[in-house]
Amino acid sequence: MKKKTSRKRPAVNRIYYIYVGILAVLFFTFHTIPFLKGVMYSFTDWRGYGDWNFVGLRNYIHMFSDADTGNAYLFTFKFAVITTILVNVISLILACALNAKIKFKNTIKAFYFLPYMLGSLIVGFIFNYIFANLIPQLGKGLGIKALSVNILGTNNAIWGIIAVSLWIGCAFNTLIYIAGLQSIDTDVYEAADLDGATGFRRFSKITFPLLAPSFTINMVLSAKGYLMVYDQIMAMTEGGPGTSTTSIAVLIYKKGFGGGQFAYQSANAVMLFIVVVLISVFQLRVLEKREEKLG
Amino acid sequence: MKHNTVKVKEHYNWPVTILLIIGIVVVILLPLYMALMIAIKDPSDMNNILALPKKIRLQNFVDAWVMTDFPRKFFNTAFITVINLIFTLITNSFAAYAITRNRKKSKFFSLMYYYFISAMFIPFQVIMLPLVVQANTFHLDNIFGITFLYIIFGLPMNTFLYTGAVKAIPEALDEAAMIDGANPIQIFSRIIFPVLKPTTATVAILSFMWTWNDFTMPLVLLSDESQQTLQLAQYVFKKQFSVDYNLAFASYLLVLLPVLIVYIFCQKWIMNGVVAGAVK
Repeated sequence: MKKKTSRKRPAVNRIYYIYVGILAVLFFTFHTIPFLKGVMYSFTDWRGYGDWNFVGLRNYIHMFSDADTGNAYLFTFKFAVITTILVNVISLILACALNAKIKFKNTIKAFYFLPYMLGSLIVGFIFNYIFANLIPQLGKGLGIKALSVNILGTNNAIWGIIAVSLWIGCAFNTLIYIAGLQSIDTDVYEAADLDGATGFRRFSKITFPLLAPSFTINMVLSAKGYLMVYDQIMAMTEGGPGTSTTSIAVLIYKKGFGGGQFAYQSANAVMLFIVVVLISVFQLRVLEKREEKLG
Repeated sequence: MKHNTVKVKEHYNWPVTILLIIGIVVVILLPLYMALMIAIKDPSDMNNILALPKKIRLQNFVDAWVMTDFPRKFFNTAFITVINLIFTLITNSFAAYAITRNRKKSKFFSLMYYYFISAMFIPFQVIMLPLVVQANTFHLDNIFGITFLYIIFGLPMNTFLYTGAVKAIPEALDEAAMIDGANPIQIFSRIIFPVLKPTTATVAILSFMWTWNDFTMPLVLLSDESQQTLQLAQYVFKKQFSVDYNLAFASYLLVLLPVLIVYIFCQKWIMNGVVAGAVK
């Protein structure tokens, strides 16, 4: 073993270089190369087989005039914005309720966390049936017309997918908010009590600002996740009716593999990557600035 | 118990408690109850979906078991999940250790750190199309290949989780062991790894959940029927199920059952682990 250390830097054991080097080569081969290839294909006209040529920015320019892509972006943004907001509002309320002095606290918490464990594919299937059969049955029984049809077959299919996404997503977000609530010093509340701040005032002036770090985590992770929404849609509508619930990720899968648009959908994927990174960075900037201001 | 020690009055907030319980029943349990009812009913007994069955029909489970070749799919999924778990915990923790401890000494490790971390931002959909082409050339379109890919793809997230924990361990611990003549692997396996236990729990849970419930990667990689996972099988059989909901739901419950069992036994551990992972 090399005990003699040089003046400059302490020597690093060779094992570390070899080990991390091997992992880096593997990661490069199976993750970075596909990524770079995807970027490269996005500048070609490859269909997934056969010959191909470089076509410059044609795929990217085409995205702006292609109705399928435009609709997918509109749907995905609408879905991501609504779901991110709702999931955070519901989770925040739920977290406050679960943090109150309630009986059977741990059991209740465990039940609310359960949806996180169940894969979104099967949850999607279960809710498919609820929307297709249970709710219409109920709607007919109560004589409410709006409820007696399968929402997933209508123009409002997006709301069915939002509902399922909330059912799955609230568990995780709630847990993060609870952790945030528990880290708030009880002295702060006692001081607030003395000042006469209670109820909603106490929440908006004290609790919510102190939850800023949890809020940042939840907003960024939810937005990122919902921009890439895929499983729930594949389980429920597969992008339909028509293409009304086709998200960007679903479009990439469907047209990239089945529609002969390998290169074009590669460009779409690169664009999705850029959009996700930009939105995450933007959110972090804004939210962290807000945290600083509050802290 | 507690109310003996607290003299004042430990009054519970009953309205909130009751609202939360109603929420559990209506929102969380009703869909699962419905799934169970459908799974144990006869197709002729479906007029009132939520009613208890006239006669419990367990044949649905047997049929679903045979039709989806459950043992095979279960084995595939369990294989992927367990092997991924073991290799992830061993290899990724040591990688994070190697990177964290040497970052100050060598630029190489610093570079590797940023390399892995930045890869976290790349959504799977972005590498999906070329990956499938590449996986075919490397013959990774089977459970061995996909397990290998899971181990590799988990690196960024797990390195991130582990480096935070390694940083918190004083380096004096390593130095003392080094003076005693231990080599890096011994130091890591005997001293560092045991201290990393809470992070290992987090990584274990997230890895388990990811591989057991993942649908996208099996969908694009595993085309051969004998290699399918439980999740993928549910999707593939969806069309055949479409007429027979009882069979379909029996099959869904068979897939959910292992997860529910794990959850019942490790529930507290899981919730703490997920929070610890996210708050980093």
